[in-house]
Amino acid sequence: MSAVTLSNIEKKFGNFTAVHPMSLEIPEGEFVTLLGPSGCGKTTTLRMVAGLLDPTKGEISIKGRRVNDLPIHKRNLGIVFQNYALFPHKSIAENVGFGLRYRNVSKDDAARRVKDALELVQLPHVADRYPSALSGGQQQRIALARAIVIEPDVLLLDEPLSALDANLREDMRVELKRIQHRIGVTSIFVTHDQAEALAMSDQIVVMSDGRVEQVGPPEEVYNAPASEFVANFLGASNILSGQCTARENGTVAIDAPLFGTVPVPAEKAPNIPGPGAAKLVLRAEKLQLVAKNAPSDGLISTEAVVETVDYQGQAVRYFVRVGDTQLQAINMIDTRPFAEGDTVRVQFRPRDCAALPGA
Amino acid sequence: MSIEAREARQPWILLSPSLAVITLLLIVPVLFIVVYSFWLRTSVGDVQPGFFLDNWQDALTDRFFRDILLNTLKIAAITTVVCALMGYPAAYFIARAKGNKALLLLLLMLPFWISYIIRTMSWIYILGTSGALNTAMEWLGIINEPIQMLYNETTVILGLVHFLLPFMVLNVYVSLEGVDTTLEDAAGSLGATKWQSFLQVTLPLSLPGLAAGGLLCFVLGAGTYITPAVLGGPRDAMFANLVFEAIITQLNWPMGAALSLLLLAVLGVLVMVYNHFLGLGQLMKGLG
Repeated sequence: MSAVTLSNIEKKFGNFTAVHPMSLEIPEGEFVTLLGPSGCGKTTTLRMVAGLLDPTKGEISIKGRRVNDLPIHKRNLGIVFQNYALFPHKSIAENVGFGLRYRNVSKDDAARRVKDALELVQLPHVADRYPSALSGGQQQRIALARAIVIEPDVLLLDEPLSALDANLREDMRVELKRIQHRIGVTSIFVTHDQAEALAMSDQIVVMSDGRVEQVGPPEEVYNAPASEFVANFLGASNILSGQCTARENGTVAIDAPLFGTVPVPAEKAPNIPGPGAAKLVLRAEKLQLVAKNAPSDGLISTEAVVETVDYQGQAVRYFVRVGDTQLQAINMIDTRPFAEGDTVRVQFRPRDCAALPGA
Repeated sequence: MSIEAREARQPWILLSPSLAVITLLLIVPVLFIVVYSFWLRTSVGDVQPGFFLDNWQDALTDRFFRDILLNTLKIAAITTVVCALMGYPAAYFIARAKGNKALLLLLLMLPFWISYIIRTMSWIYILGTSGALNTAMEWLGIINEPIQMLYNETTVILGLVHFLLPFMVLNVYVSLEGVDTTLEDAAGSLGATKWQSFLQVTLPLSLPGLAAGGLLCFVLGAGTYITPAVLGGPRDAMFANLVFEAIITQLNWPMGAALSLLLLAVLGVLVMVYNHFLGLGQLMKGLG
């Protein structure tokens, strides 16, 4: 039985459709991420599951029980809000123990569970303090402790890391995943950050303009994007319009401009049944810049001129020009990057490409 | 002059006009009143300068003054409680309204555009023996004779609530605006009903505004003399009416000075108690 089932849920605000009918099954214990840019409907979807918004149509079930008409306080959910939403007038222990007041839990039992939860988030010593005395990262952990101490059926996380600074965000990412894994709670995580989504999720639901673009495990969504939007939202991609000339022997031959015929693995072109218009998806990370005279090693390559160099330390983002086309490449480097104006060779392996149908 | 010295001087330069006005129009007159309170009105009616404690002795020992002071504090307290009970839901409604909050706040301020005295007197046309309410009830046949509804303690409290309610609503509103609504969502997700969320989260977090509104209502209510003069009977005089009586009717300025300072002292102590427990910052927020 799925922990959460969304059947054709839709949300309209007046004439505006925030979420087009979508269905989703979340198995028990999975960590599912709703990923997309702001305004894509991911938070609206989460708020419908939470009971903070009513779906216009469709059905939401949690553990096999229809919850559409169940108010938020009866849904047994743990929610971690973007701004933490800790009660400023209550101590940390009172904050964490808040949900236990409304459950049949004895005082001793509640105190023990609060203590355990604080230990789980590695803040056992702050019980008597008030939220304002804690740092952002600590408040985030307390918000998580408060949400999980009630042993919710589902944990909902609404961009919980976005208010933290970059280094702390990466630490909390690992920490959050560790805790989720340890207690095994089914989790729905909302973010616009593709790195968070890729690092934490069992399944990613990529959304755009209120529609689901693709659902799949991180590697699949990353390596075999189902749409141009997904290809560009998760990392950067170069998309070249071409023609599929054949689908045989486990490869799909794409005749692409600049590079000639590229044999793409069939599993990375699941939506191309046979010859016809097709687009070649070439990830920026897979496009390698090498010196003009370097041996091509059997890779597909062409000559290009470096236009822009965006140096990031361990990596460099290049924009290169091949004829009239600008391509983006992100390369790890251990020496000096190429300079603007250099003539180089750009190359890639065909098996690193994916293909999409359409012109 | 160093930059630091110049910056340290700047606030004082900017404040000087208001400091001058406050000194001339508030502090100096109050000092005059203090001096007056120790003078004496002789039996022939002229005022004798000097240092006499007679007025103060009268003000502090006469049971008549004490009873009216206690009655004044009681009326102010009842008014404050009524304002709190009526004002909180209104403020909550405005703060959580999805529509045009600015319009709702404007409607709240609308009564301030009409003179306080006229607003007070309007009750005579509603509750008077030939007022709207009596006329309507007679016409409907509910009563045969007009009922005397005016000129009692209840109408004084009614008039004060009418006058002071917006102050309460504004203060509570400001406080509620500062309470993050996701806190209620969070409480709900943890199992609290709407009402429990309100009691556990929203109400405690808005108490500073309620207290600030309460203080304003109490102080303004306790210091008023127009409302009891217009809507009260002979036995409903409040303390400020005594001051008015002493100064304007009896021309006994020294006594009036002592009485007004007594009221000032009592209310000053209340403000200090409030400040000790809650701080005046919230009050400033509400007024700003």
